[in-house]
Amino acid sequence: MSERCGKWGWRVWGILAILGAIGVFQRFAFGHQLAAYGSLVPWGLWVAAYIYFVGLSAGAFLLSSLVYVFKVKALESIGRLALVTAVITLFMALVSIWFDIGHMERFWYVFLRPNFRSMMAWMIWMYTAYFLLLLVELRLAFQPGSLKRDRLLSLLGSVGVPLAIAFHGGVGALFAVVGARPYWHTGLFPILFLSGALTSGGALLLAVVALRWPEKDESHGRLVRLLSKITLGLLLFDLLLEWAEVSVPLWGGTAYHTEGLKLMLFGPFWWVFWIFHLFLGSLVPIWLLVRFPTDTQKAGWAGALIAVLFMSVRLNIVIPGLAVPILPGLDQAVLNPRLTASYVPSLHEWLVLAFVVALGLGMFGASRKFLNLYEKTAEAPR
Amino acid sequence: MPTETETPVKGAATLEEVVNRQLGRRAFLKLTGLGVFTAAAGSLPAVLEAATPKLRTQRRYGMVIDLKRCVNCKACTIACKLENKTPPGVVYNPVIEEEIGEYPYVQRRWFPKPCFHCDKPPCTGVCPVTATYKRKEDGIVIVDYDKCIGCRYCITACPYGARFFDFGENYPAHTTAYGQVPSPEFQGEYGLRREGKSPVGNVRKCTFCLHLQDAQGRYTRPPACSETCMAKAIHFGDFASESNGGCITHEGCNLKRLLVEHRWIRLKEELGTEPSVYYTL
Repeated sequence: MSERCGKWGWRVWGILAILGAIGVFQRFAFGHQLAAYGSLVPWGLWVAAYIYFVGLSAGAFLLSSLVYVFKVKALESIGRLALVTAVITLFMALVSIWFDIGHMERFWYVFLRPNFRSMMAWMIWMYTAYFLLLLVELRLAFQPGSLKRDRLLSLLGSVGVPLAIAFHGGVGALFAVVGARPYWHTGLFPILFLSGALTSGGALLLAVVALRWPEKDESHGRLVRLLSKITLGLLLFDLLLEWAEVSVPLWGGTAYHTEGLKLMLFGPFWWVFWIFHLFLGSLVPIWLLVRFPTDTQKAGWAGALIAVLFMSVRLNIVIPGLAVPILPGLDQAVLNPRLTASYVPSLHEWLVLAFVVALGLGMFGASRKFLNLYEKTAEAPR
Repeated sequence: MPTETETPVKGAATLEEVVNRQLGRRAFLKLTGLGVFTAAAGSLPAVLEAATPKLRTQRRYGMVIDLKRCVNCKACTIACKLENKTPPGVVYNPVIEEEIGEYPYVQRRWFPKPCFHCDKPPCTGVCPVTATYKRKEDGIVIVDYDKCIGCRYCITACPYGARFFDFGENYPAHTTAYGQVPSPEFQGEYGLRREGKSPVGNVRKCTFCLHLQDAQGRYTRPPACSETCMAKAIHFGDFASESNGGCITHEGCNLKRLLVEHRWIRLKEELGTEPSVYYTL
């Protein structure tokens, strides 16, 4: 079965890679002209993909810290996997956002002349530090065990935890500090980003461990059950925060604060929230995890559903916040597709996203082949 | 209230008078001292240069738009497009219209909306690379096309929708002689549009037609939108103390006096952005 699975996997990956290559070619040949965002909704699919992948990374990393900092024995065997996932998804995030900026060749200006009044500059500096730390930690995690290495890993993990919290909270703050957009401008936003990161990162690890683990023995079952519980708890907590974020402005009822929410809940893309996020991405996985607590296969599918469909949460953060015209009538003032309040990602944007996904899957496949992903990090000889 | 149409240097006969007014006597004496010293060293231009930046900090350009006069002809939008040669989707000064009510009690309201060049602009602080900033010398908010990376964070942060991304699209006329006429924006530095080169891929916005300023920061012509307005609804001038509201567009008019004589509003005043563009009702 796994051989057939592998064959199909390769085919799907090949198609993604070819489509992605077309998208990247278009991006370099035509710049931003084939993208569907405009000047009223200036951010779209790629920014949503960026916060999605970066969330997966921060979540996976924070879970790896349970192994390297908090020494949770039961999770030891996923330490390496979590770190590799964190590196790959961060890389995917950076590639996504690189395609999004207007002058790709100037990305390094953020290091050359940063403006530390800008939350974006803080975020970039912090994820650079986080990326470097991740690489060193990854290198150490694959080295033979020694007491010195264990201490270093623990130290790096300890520095990494606040860094990952600050950096992903910073991604949320990047949106939250924009006073012009009431949909984003709440104190809960950075925290919501963190809980979303943990939920999606945890769910991704659950999916990989439950579905792709090489030896499905008793210890594997225990590991999956523990990850299931962690993911379920995180998802429920995330839904609680989301409830607070949605219900408070709706209860208050002032149009200024509810327009974006109403767009998300009842606008033309209501199904992204109700069907993809709430039903398929939350209720079905909760049911699977609660109803079949010992079924590793179903736990894996639950994890996969949460992790993949979390993209709908990220899309619903970026787009409804922008698609409410900032001044009534501004979207009607000039007849130009770049100056309307509606946004649907273009085929080109999806193709570029396909490239990023193919890139990530390729890196993951390669790391599965060349690294001992599923072995616990060697312990120091006692 | 000091009156009327003086532009900063109008009516100031000598350098002494100009400097005196702008900086006060003490500063002038200091400058004179410096002048004597440097003149002795044979470099009088240095004195002038030392004085100029100080002089320029005194300007605060802004607009008063009389909504009673505006007839919604949109000539300001067109004049701006022609002046700055902005591409499709980049409209520095659109006219926003709204239809309110139902037949037979239907009402339309409209207003031209340039960038407001806020005194406390929320768009500049968010720029990760300091590419967009408020000019100290005259309060005009600009984007440095050479620094802007095109992240569009500033577009999200502007509460007035005054910023536009240049997607690199062109009007069909771009392939004709029209495409060979450079845009005068920023003194023509980015005049001819070339694929992938700034300002393509940058965020763009109204500059109060900055390129119409002379080397001293005085306007040689009013910004295109205010100059073209047939109803004389757009008054452009300098709110700074020296010219004290002197209107550059219409002789005999004063921006501050217009505000005193009319009821006025600024958009989204509650955000504390302090726009430099006022609407009189």
